[in-house]
Amino acid sequence: MMTKEVVIKTEKLTKRFGDFIATNEISFDVYSGEIFGFLGANGAGKTTAMSMLCGLLTPSSGNATVAGYDIYKQTEKIKKNIGYMSQKFSLYEDLTPRENIRFFGGIYGLSDKEIREKSGRLIEQLGLASEADKLVVSLPLGWKQKLAFSVAIIHEPKIVFLDEPTGGVDPVTRRQFWELIYDASDRGITIFVTTHYMDEAEYCNRISMMVDGVIKELDSPANLKEKYKAATMDEVFFELARGAVRKAD
Amino acid sequence: MKQFLSFISKEFHHVFRDRKTLLLLFGMPVAQIVLFGFALTNEIKNSKIVICDYSKDAVTQKIIEKIEASNYFEIEKSLKSDKEIESAFKAGDIKLAIIFPSQFQQDIMRGTGTKIQIVADASDPNTATTLTNYASGIIRDYQSENGGMLPMTIGTNPRMIYNPELKGSTNFVPGVMALVLMLICVLMTSASIVREKENGTMEILLVSPMNPMLVIISKAIPYFILSLINLVVILLLSVFLLDMEIKGSLLLLFAESALLIITALCLGLLISNSTNSQQSAMIISLMGLLLPTMMFTGFMFPLENMPRPLQIISNLVPSKWYYIIVKNVMIKGLGFSYIWKETLVLVAMTMVLLLLSFKNFKIRLA
Amino acid sequence: MAAVTVDHLIKKYRQDKKTSITALNNISFSVKEGEIFGLIGPDGAGKTSLFRILTTLLLADSGSATVCGLDVVKDFRQIRKQVGYMPGRFSLYQDLTVEENLRFFATVFDTTIEENYHLIKDIYVQIEPFKNRRAGKLSGGMKQKLALCCALIHKPTILFLDEPTTGVDTVSRKEFWEMLKRLKDQGITILVSTPYMDEATLCERIALIQTGNILSINTPEGIISNYPEILLAVKGDDMSHLLKSLRSLPEVKSCNAFGEYHHITLKKDLKLSETDLQKKWNDQSLQIKEVISIRPTVEDCFIRLMMETSKAS
Repeated sequence: MMTKEVVIKTEKLTKRFGDFIATNEISFDVYSGEIFGFLGANGAGKTTAMSMLCGLLTPSSGNATVAGYDIYKQTEKIKKNIGYMSQKFSLYEDLTPRENIRFFGGIYGLSDKEIREKSGRLIEQLGLASEADKLVVSLPLGWKQKLAFSVAIIHEPKIVFLDEPTGGVDPVTRRQFWELIYDASDRGITIFVTTHYMDEAEYCNRISMMVDGVIKELDSPANLKEKYKAATMDEVFFELARGAVRKAD
Repeated sequence: MKQFLSFISKEFHHVFRDRKTLLLLFGMPVAQIVLFGFALTNEIKNSKIVICDYSKDAVTQKIIEKIEASNYFEIEKSLKSDKEIESAFKAGDIKLAIIFPSQFQQDIMRGTGTKIQIVADASDPNTATTLTNYASGIIRDYQSENGGMLPMTIGTNPRMIYNPELKGSTNFVPGVMALVLMLICVLMTSASIVREKENGTMEILLVSPMNPMLVIISKAIPYFILSLINLVVILLLSVFLLDMEIKGSLLLLFAESALLIITALCLGLLISNSTNSQQSAMIISLMGLLLPTMMFTGFMFPLENMPRPLQIISNLVPSKWYYIIVKNVMIKGLGFSYIWKETLVLVAMTMVLLLLSFKNFKIRLA
Repeated sequence: MAAVTVDHLIKKYRQDKKTSITALNNISFSVKEGEIFGLIGPDGAGKTSLFRILTTLLLADSGSATVCGLDVVKDFRQIRKQVGYMPGRFSLYQDLTVEENLRFFATVFDTTIEENYHLIKDIYVQIEPFKNRRAGKLSGGMKQKLALCCALIHKPTILFLDEPTTGVDTVSRKEFWEMLKRLKDQGITILVSTPYMDEATLCERIALIQTGNILSINTPEGIISNYPEILLAVKGDDMSHLLKSLRSLPEVKSCNAFGEYHHITLKKDLKLSETDLQKKWNDQSLQIKEVISIRPTVEDCFIRLMMETSKAS
């Protein structure tokens, strides 16, 4: 499904907080339908870069387009065309899965009919039938995260941003989660994902490695391992991040 | 002892590094005093009134002059007949009408007694009451200046005995003291204990060999000290800004205040035991305390005018007793023998709260 | 004497009137003195509840436990003097500086930084350049080091570390585990929990724990060698597609994505070499590039045990 259509393009994207340069002239392209792993040590500037791409932070300098829209002027358009899910906030815990789907479908402007159809299908797909009307808070973490991902792409966005989506999830559910990601990618949704699990980095088509606010490497996992003569991505990461000067978040 | 001291210094670090809390802690009393002392005062200045004088003699003239000389009233116009009063009220800004009957001076000289009628616009009952009180106060003044030859014509508010200049702030300062001490103490202790729970530091403190009870007590000490500082600020403000006079013993005042602070700290402790987020601790403290304290302390709404059930409820509010104590000590200058009952009530309340919080105190998490 | 014994512990949390969540379902194990014992499991496995019971913060519904030979209910005061505890969340005062935090916890535990400096020296020198920075402004890795210093400052005999490496990058995680090894060499027993399966091999013994049940307790080596089947790793061009194709094969028992490869087990031994298998499957147009036989990881074992228990229930 990978075409060479560029959905995210950044050119010398920079964000300064006072004297501190969180991201320093980063430039990269992400292609349509690609699973793009965005890795880096704590404090490398991942969160800042991601916030800028989602239209939540205005860059200090540089250019970027997301889904074809400019991140300075067209943030509203960007927000309509992306999905976002993080480990910290994903769903309303005091609503049921069905109510969450209805709410998020509603804010993305889906019609009632679409919402009804989608929620029926989603609940069935995720095997949530018996839990659909119980509060989200009572669901196991893995289910919550799977549901949160499905809700994040309910409006079939061009790109979905996932910020450590599988932290603390059990290994079986983690794999089910990645299968959902594969499915979405097969449908042409671009996946932009951060993770601390290095085996998950292998699932990505390409990964970028951020160190001290710059992108040190950007390639497929296989090429990176070859370049660093490493057996696992963990070793590649270690080689790259070990030299990091910056430790502040 | 070293643990204790280091805990207290840590607590002061928290307070001084959190600008918002600091602002709340010291800004609130200042704001309250300024607000209540000046802006929200019941003291009403330059209210427009009308006079209807059927007598037009030397005595009525003197009383009218006296009324006009006060800052409270501004005579809009004189009416020829009381029939015009209603239209004057309807026309606008008139708050009060004072009617002197005919042959006013003669009746006084003859000793048969006479009556000045005061008509107030009671659509705003508070203002009406206050204005009526002011007017009758001025008339009483005139009466006493002239050797009591004027018979009592209008009932006067007994409170004015201790507030001869009819200053509103004398009522408010003890009220603000009660309010500020209650709120700050309860809010600060409950929020700071709950914050430790939220941060997860409570877990470490509980797992430490430090006696959990000591943890709580050392939490209370800094806020006790800060509250006393607050009290000094309030008193300084009232003396120098509002020209109040502290008539009674300062020591007694501080001792009684310390008692209320302890009551409030216990209440804060109790709240922190039953909640796990700072937010809910704040809401409970604010909602559960601000309203009852405002309502039932007696400085905003006179308790005597409340329905009986509310009066009974008001007995449960610690600040009500403190308010009585402070008024007696600060304004009337009375000694301990006059307030021992109220003090006893406060002590009993503190004991009960202390017992409850000790009983509910958890040496573990759940 | 065992440093920690856990005997048939049960802990339930009531959710509403009818339902309750079982955090610990009749758990028993023991930790030897001076060992690094790992509790490996995802969020919601019951790790935190167990830690809280052992650090005397929580009471179990039934069962008993001892720490340093002391009962966690009766002798909670003595236990609190002897253990060091690092809770899961960042549990330091964010508005105090690094040094103030350390000094405060030293005093709370009735000691001084100077008295036990030798214990924390290795770790503290790394954060000392920032000793006047507020703890809230530290990076994840540094916060974790400070928290460890605070937990160590009173020279505990047992350290309880609840998910110390969660959310911390690989480099900091590696450094952290090296620190734990050095602490163990000084004779401190360490009970540590983690959701990262790859950290399991850094412990001497581990308990795999899932939804309140212990799936297995052994050395990491023992757990891996108990894996009863032959595990194959398969690689192709379109991994997403390959996963589905492999699962549809009648001879494949389980198939899981595993980074670069898919790990599969077969229903019965086909008595075919890896190259023959690859040929057989490629004849069915699976487009496989590589099939190799591999040694399972702890994660493979965890998945297998998880599947087994979910089938059994």
